[in-house]
Amino acid sequence: MLTGILVLLVFQLGGEVIVRLLGLPVPGPVVGLLLLFGALLARGSLPAFLHRAARAMLSILVLLFVPAGVGIIAHLNLLQESWVALIVTLIASTAITMAVTAVVFSMLLRWFRPSGEQEAQ
Amino acid sequence: MTDGLRGLWVYLADTPLLWLVVTIAIYELAVFLYQRANLFALLNPVLVSVILVIALLLVTNTPYDTYFEGAQFIHFLLGPATVSLAVPAYEHVAQLRRVLVPLLITLVVGSLTGILSAVGIGWLLGLSRVTLISLFPKSATMAISVGVSETIGGLPSLTAVLVIITGISGATMAGVLLNLIRIRDETARGFAIGVASHGIGTTRALHLSDEAGAFSGLGLVLNGVLTALLAPLLVGLLGLG
Repeated sequence: MLTGILVLLVFQLGGEVIVRLLGLPVPGPVVGLLLLFGALLARGSLPAFLHRAARAMLSILVLLFVPAGVGIIAHLNLLQESWVALIVTLIASTAITMAVTAVVFSMLLRWFRPSGEQEAQ
Repeated sequence: MTDGLRGLWVYLADTPLLWLVVTIAIYELAVFLYQRANLFALLNPVLVSVILVIALLLVTNTPYDTYFEGAQFIHFLLGPATVSLAVPAYEHVAQLRRVLVPLLITLVVGSLTGILSAVGIGWLLGLSRVTLISLFPKSATMAISVGVSETIGGLPSLTAVLVIITGISGATMAGVLLNLIRIRDETARGFAIGVASHGIGTTRALHLSDEAGAFSGLGLVLNGVLTALLAPLLVGLLGLG
């Protein structure tokens, strides 16, 4: 488990280093995610200790959002001013995004499916 | 007695330990309520936790900086947690390979739609520049969106709240919306839920079917990464930077 967490932290550190050195406008952990994904593809298998550490991390992922969310306390006036516009924007945008993604993907899945499989579906 | 208690409070309120314990305890309470309410979407544990912690800070007159001294230990874990998203993505790599080309095209379309529709509608409704920038990563998973918001000059805490509301609205509307537009393919349903409404939506997709859950998980990781890459470019292109 500790080894797994060390691996995650090392890849995060690698991501931060690359972002700083290249001046990329991307959060370091995202680069770390890509590096780890690439490393797993190259390795061809998932070590059990990494699987355990990732599972532990992801099981508390939702808790990790709380401190950032509470930060809104500093901008409550911003929410007070424009909460209706914000909620309308978010609901409309989420609906549009979900519908467009679902329609485009199901169309493309049909186009790209080998012709033999079409009847089977 | 009261003086003793007050002394104790003054001491505790200033230690990181108190707010660390409070955050975890309130979160556990919120999860308990959520399960008791049969996973009723508006009782989302993050939303309830944030509201309860804010109420407590306001009642006790505690500044956010004092709170964050304790909560930063939790916040710090967002970094390694983001990196750990590589693991579920790798576990689904076989499904990903099978539909790679249509999936990647859809990802670009979905990611752009998520960002541009939010910024477009928000702009029409007269939202301020910093609010519009904070809206950019609203469909990405919180682990990524908070970092992105910081990078592109938004308010990370506002983004955090917008991401939560996006997730809740996505999870709530998913079933009805996808039935309405007659999308029956579980792959497409799952992926759309993940791209539009990240982890909170994915929790809902897992209830629909295993396949929807897997593709929703893929959608949330891939859209998170693509949003991190696209957002800085788009902020510049739209002249908001």
